[in-house]
Amino acid sequence: MSFDVPEGLRYRESHEWIDPETGRVGITDFAQDELGDVVFVELPSEGDAVAADAEFGVIESIKAVSDLYAPVSGEVTAVNEALFDAPELVNDDPFGDGWMLELDLDADDLDDLLTAEEYADQIA
Amino acid sequence: MTLRKPPLREIHAERGATFTEFGGWDMPVEFDSIRAEHAAVREDAGIFDVSHMGEIVVAGPDATTLVQRLTTNDVTELDAGDAQYAAITREDGVMLDDTVVYRLPDEAGDDFGRDDPVPAYLFVPNAGHDTESHERWVDYRDDHDLDCEVRNVTEDWAMFAVQGPAAPDLVAGAVDDGGPDVRGLSRFSAAFAPLSGAECWVARTGYTGEDGFEILCPWDAAGDVWDLFVDDAAPCGLGARDTLRMEKGFLLSGQDFHPEDEPRTPYEADIGFVVDLDTEFVGRDALAEQAETGVEETFVGIELLDRGVPRHGYDITDEDGHVVGAVTSGTMSPSLDKPIALGYLPVDLTDPGTEVNVVVRAREKRAKVVTVPFE
Repeated sequence: MSFDVPEGLRYRESHEWIDPETGRVGITDFAQDELGDVVFVELPSEGDAVAADAEFGVIESIKAVSDLYAPVSGEVTAVNEALFDAPELVNDDPFGDGWMLELDLDADDLDDLLTAEEYADQIA
Repeated sequence: MTLRKPPLREIHAERGATFTEFGGWDMPVEFDSIRAEHAAVREDAGIFDVSHMGEIVVAGPDATTLVQRLTTNDVTELDAGDAQYAAITREDGVMLDDTVVYRLPDEAGDDFGRDDPVPAYLFVPNAGHDTESHERWVDYRDDHDLDCEVRNVTEDWAMFAVQGPAAPDLVAGAVDDGGPDVRGLSRFSAAFAPLSGAECWVARTGYTGEDGFEILCPWDAAGDVWDLFVDDAAPCGLGARDTLRMEKGFLLSGQDFHPEDEPRTPYEADIGFVVDLDTEFVGRDALAEQAETGVEETFVGIELLDRGVPRHGYDITDEDGHVVGAVTSGTMSPSLDKPIALGYLPVDLTDPGTEVNVVVRAREKRAKVVTVPFE
């Protein structure tokens, strides 16, 4: 099975992605497939601070509970509240409507993250 | 430890199934999506490979006595082709396992050096319990000098569950020409029927809350029998089986009860209907006493009112925040789209509507006691 790994995003080994342009954060196509049917997400609120590599929330599928890790540090500027009523958006469109947070971001923080090519190798 | 494999392990893998260890077996947990598989069973039909379930045959002149002494229900009520749900309890009434007991057609006497047919039973221990069950039966037989054979045939028989409203027509259509019309079987009855040339034990039983059948077929015929159904019934894994049984409030051995981690009697587990105190069985006296004095805790359904997903092991608290129990099974119900849990509570908190909390990641989520099946 091959998974979508969009160019231009940066990736964390734990399967979160961040868009360097918008600061938008979500989980990858590979991660949503591994989790199975997503039934619940717990996310921080707008204005909360998150720290790079620290847990920022929880995602639950029917069969498992997983922590979500912040790719970078920053303040939460937007939360995708649509996921509270429709968590399945993470399965349906992990890089689109299934996004989770937007962070204000310092471009230097991105250096430790994987490129699309490096992430694709990791899940190959 | 090497995991035991169902006969179609590689066929399931080629189909893209993911696997999990269950009772020492390497079993498919999900083929497509638990939600889709769950819906297929509720609305149409699904097929589960449940070859990890044990099979023990007890046959001989004293077979009825042995099964009667080691299960809680009244096995003498069974005619050939009848099935019965029962618990297996130890002396203190605590459940070691739950099982379905089938009365087989009487077995020809050849194996026993006798001419007369002898009563024969098949019972189905949960995954990983076949060896200990076999030993328990053999030990009891020997200690009481009973005359019967106890055979562990777990790896002689594959087992499939075809479940859902479309299952009766599918199973009836799969029986070879000249075989019985299995649509005529009532719930908890069974018959031998030929499928793909193999003689199978076809029982109108299952653990999803839907109509359907469980089919025991010879291990070597598993592929042919599976192929009879898999184009019309969605292949389903243990993930969907778990959500389906939870919605109906059915117990999961090892999780909702366990002789060490969650020791429970049938009365506490709300399956008192499987206990017949007019029969003699191991654990009877303890259960008779509990029937007299009543239980302190019972198994209930709980529905979360706040957002969150209850999971095995999460604390249940009362209105004052005191821990009063724990979730033994929990999930987001795929059919009802709400968080549901099963667990034990003190009897004064078990009336439907009683407000409790389930502690999810250190936060109390409001919940209420409900009757099962969940609606």
